[in-house]
Amino acid sequence: MLRFILSRLAQSFAVIFVVITATFFLVRLAPGDPFSSERRIPEFIKQRILEHYGLDRPAIEQYWNFIRNAAPKRFRPDRIFEEDPLMSAFGINLGPSFTQARTVNQIIADTFPVSLELGFWALVIALSLGLTAGLTAAIFKNSALDYVPMSAAMVGICLPTFVMGPILALIFGVWLGWFNVSGWFLPQDRVLPAVTLGLVYAAVIARITRGGMLEILSQDFIRTAQAKGVPYTRIVFKHTLRGGLLPVVTFMGPALAGIISGSFVVETIFQIPGLGRQFVQSAFNRDYFLVLGTVSVYAVLITLANLTVDIVQVILNPRLRFED
Amino acid sequence: MPLPTRLSPGEKRLPDPAILPEQIEEGTSLWKDAWHRLSRNRLALFSFWTLVVIASLCFVGPFFTPHAFDAQNLEKTLQSPSWQHPFGTDDLGRDQLTRVLVGGRVSLTVGVIATIVSLIIGVTYGAAAAYIGRKVEAVMMRLVDILYAMPFTIFVILLMTIFERSLILLFVAIGAVEWLTMSRIVHGQVKSLKKQEFIEAAVSLGFGTRRILFRHLIPNVLGVVAVYATLTVPSVMLLESFLSFLGLGVQPPQPSWGSLIKLGADNIQLYPHLLVIPAFFFSLTLFSLNFLGDGLRDALDPKSSKD
Amino acid sequence: MPLLQVDDLTTYFHTRNGTVRAVEGVSFHVHRGETLGIVGESGSGKSVTCYSMLGLIPMPPGRIERGRALFDGKTDLLGCTPKELQRIRGKRISMIFQDPMTSLNPYLKVSTQIMEPLQLHEKVTKKEGLRRAIAALEEVGITEASRRVHFYPHEFSGGMRQRVMIAMAMITQPDLLIADEPTTALDVTVQAQILELIRMRQAANKSAVILITHDLGVVAGMCDRINVMYAGRLVETGTAEDIFERARHPYTIALKRSIPSLGQKGKPLYTIPGLPPDLSKPIPGDAFALRKGIRSGGKYANVAPPLEQVSETHWVRASDCELPSLEEVLNEC
Repeated sequence: MLRFILSRLAQSFAVIFVVITATFFLVRLAPGDPFSSERRIPEFIKQRILEHYGLDRPAIEQYWNFIRNAAPKRFRPDRIFEEDPLMSAFGINLGPSFTQARTVNQIIADTFPVSLELGFWALVIALSLGLTAGLTAAIFKNSALDYVPMSAAMVGICLPTFVMGPILALIFGVWLGWFNVSGWFLPQDRVLPAVTLGLVYAAVIARITRGGMLEILSQDFIRTAQAKGVPYTRIVFKHTLRGGLLPVVTFMGPALAGIISGSFVVETIFQIPGLGRQFVQSAFNRDYFLVLGTVSVYAVLITLANLTVDIVQVILNPRLRFED
Repeated sequence: MPLPTRLSPGEKRLPDPAILPEQIEEGTSLWKDAWHRLSRNRLALFSFWTLVVIASLCFVGPFFTPHAFDAQNLEKTLQSPSWQHPFGTDDLGRDQLTRVLVGGRVSLTVGVIATIVSLIIGVTYGAAAAYIGRKVEAVMMRLVDILYAMPFTIFVILLMTIFERSLILLFVAIGAVEWLTMSRIVHGQVKSLKKQEFIEAAVSLGFGTRRILFRHLIPNVLGVVAVYATLTVPSVMLLESFLSFLGLGVQPPQPSWGSLIKLGADNIQLYPHLLVIPAFFFSLTLFSLNFLGDGLRDALDPKSSKD
Repeated sequence: MPLLQVDDLTTYFHTRNGTVRAVEGVSFHVHRGETLGIVGESGSGKSVTCYSMLGLIPMPPGRIERGRALFDGKTDLLGCTPKELQRIRGKRISMIFQDPMTSLNPYLKVSTQIMEPLQLHEKVTKKEGLRRAIAALEEVGITEASRRVHFYPHEFSGGMRQRVMIAMAMITQPDLLIADEPTTALDVTVQAQILELIRMRQAANKSAVILITHDLGVVAGMCDRINVMYAGRLVETGTAEDIFERARHPYTIALKRSIPSLGQKGKPLYTIPGLPPDLSKPIPGDAFALRKGIRSGGKYANVAPPLEQVSETHWVRASDCELPSLEEVLNEC
């Protein structure tokens, strides 16, 4: 078990490293630079700016400098009161932004909590709604309680975030006037974005839950439990749930990645000051360090999620625990 | 709603006679059987015809509309539906009906071609890995696992923002993401098929690796591939319109359903029809493709079917 | 009074491809402590018969059309409520299944699974349950039971898992044990051990056993009485001696001739020609006469052949079918 976790941990580090490296060179390979887009700058000034940011150096040297600055260092508890507490305390310096008056550290510290909150509520909605619908459908298979939620789920899957968002905004924002169409100030401003982001995954989770539960319910060992006189509710919750929910656990990795890319859209639609918008904007503006910073955050987040999923899977499925 | 007192755990547990006689009497082929089942699935059939209608509208329709998709008329911007413009006009006074149809053409084309790209890569890779076996297989599939863990949409967005946006790049970027699932599925299928007798027979008859791969294995994997290809098309279209929504996909003046939806989303307060109409076509297409894929899966793999 | 008296049990499956008449008017009984064998090909309705009595038939598509299964002289298993049936299952009637690899829950520890009948039916404490679970494992010959009781099923071999199944089925000392092909999925070397184990546990608990199998060889040394089923109907019933020495029905005779150990060395083995009939079409007469390669006089083409009494213990369904000789069968091939 420990060996498994360690090997997965090593793999996670490798993935983060590869993602950051690939992003770095991808951005550098691209034609154009951050200062060639809009207004024309005299050549000598541009030269000075490039020098100032170290962008005139060979790519390898720049890469090395970035990695050195971005790598976490010894923990300094006295720094946790800075604007970007975690990054400062670990001595992570992600560099300057070319388009904003803040450092990348500050931008992430300002915007990431917003995206995290949005993602958290979306995940809560996806899981609570998806699991309830999927379990109900599986338990009451081939009845109205199966068909109705499953049809709704199918509709949900075919209404991606960028369709769902504007439609929800139209109905509940414009027509009914229950919520603001954009902004992120009041508690109720969280509702529409989180629902938009969560519904699609609720639909997928409902389908996966139903499929997983029915798969287990059709196994021979369920018949054994019936023959022992186990009541139906106990069959569902004691004998089926563990195996039946495994596919849902597996899906949580891709789901998180999907929620992150969904946040790009949702933050645009509802004008939310989150990290997703920063990422898309920075890519447009060739704001090198901001692109790298945001991608690094996503890479860490996704690998962490995958690691957690792997571990939970092993905990749930005894057959995966080979070395004990 | 009373709790069902007895589980109905699928057809697997039926006594043999329920399945046996049919097989003995007719010995129908998998495909014939599958077609029979599919044609009885009304929803899948309905989806199929919906797709046919939408596709022919999108590919033929624009030739018959009186406006070109990129003909601007700045005096008639953002009009509501009328006889002259049944879906209204957009912010540059272009006919929305033509644009929705042409946009569908673009979205469907991207969907199909990127699926074919992912199909070719995925099937070849997965089948080769399973066929070669041993260490090479382990390394190849581990690589797929690792790639799976990569935040791919992020890379696609980077690619599309950084490089000259073109349809070719779009195909490559999307195809590169979607082949992973396909290769996993094909890998699993081939691996289980490989253990079966007819492959062993082919090996013992001295057929070469390539011949076994292309003459025996791939035809047998086709069913599963057909199902997942049908299900890949909607996910590709989703990715394409996601990118177009962010302004990273198909470039103007060329419309796509994603960019049309984006325009609608931007003008939702005043001109909801700009959102509702393309969103309807887009969702209906996704819906049909998903149901058709589900129907195909049920038809080809009766064990996984619902009742 | 018999422990179990089944009358006219009839179970159909209403599928999309028509009604499958899986069990048609089957009657039999089991006395306390005795062993009854039910023999037939796959699809002859032998398993469905027993599953029907315990309410283990998936409904829909299955439906028990008519019949009565009087257990212990009081309870009609087919007529009682699901709740009542639940109290009987696993307490007074237990089951063992064919494939021990899939019949144990891979997600739960063996201890949890073995203790479950006790906790459900006898409301014992966890501690007491565990003690009895360990004792039950020891009784079925599993060494180091107190340690291995905490294992998961995948940590046991196939034969060991079947032992676990037996321990689990017998832990409540049921009056009746139904063993559905308990040895079919096991290695030949383990088969005899498992049968012996069932017999030992049966003797220790004074339980009755219904042994379902397609293998006449298995019932030979084990059963007091034998039911032979074909196409959902009983074709012959009698004591082991009646069946092995005085079999009347051509199907029973054919089954016996196809047992390898009873044939002579060096001679080709007898096989029954043809296949069982399609049960989704009603069979008005003798089902065995419909089998390809079987000659019949046609007396029971459209009339249901009656069950005739041969002796006090021996009943045979009338049939005017004639088995082809070994040479004819071989020529067909």
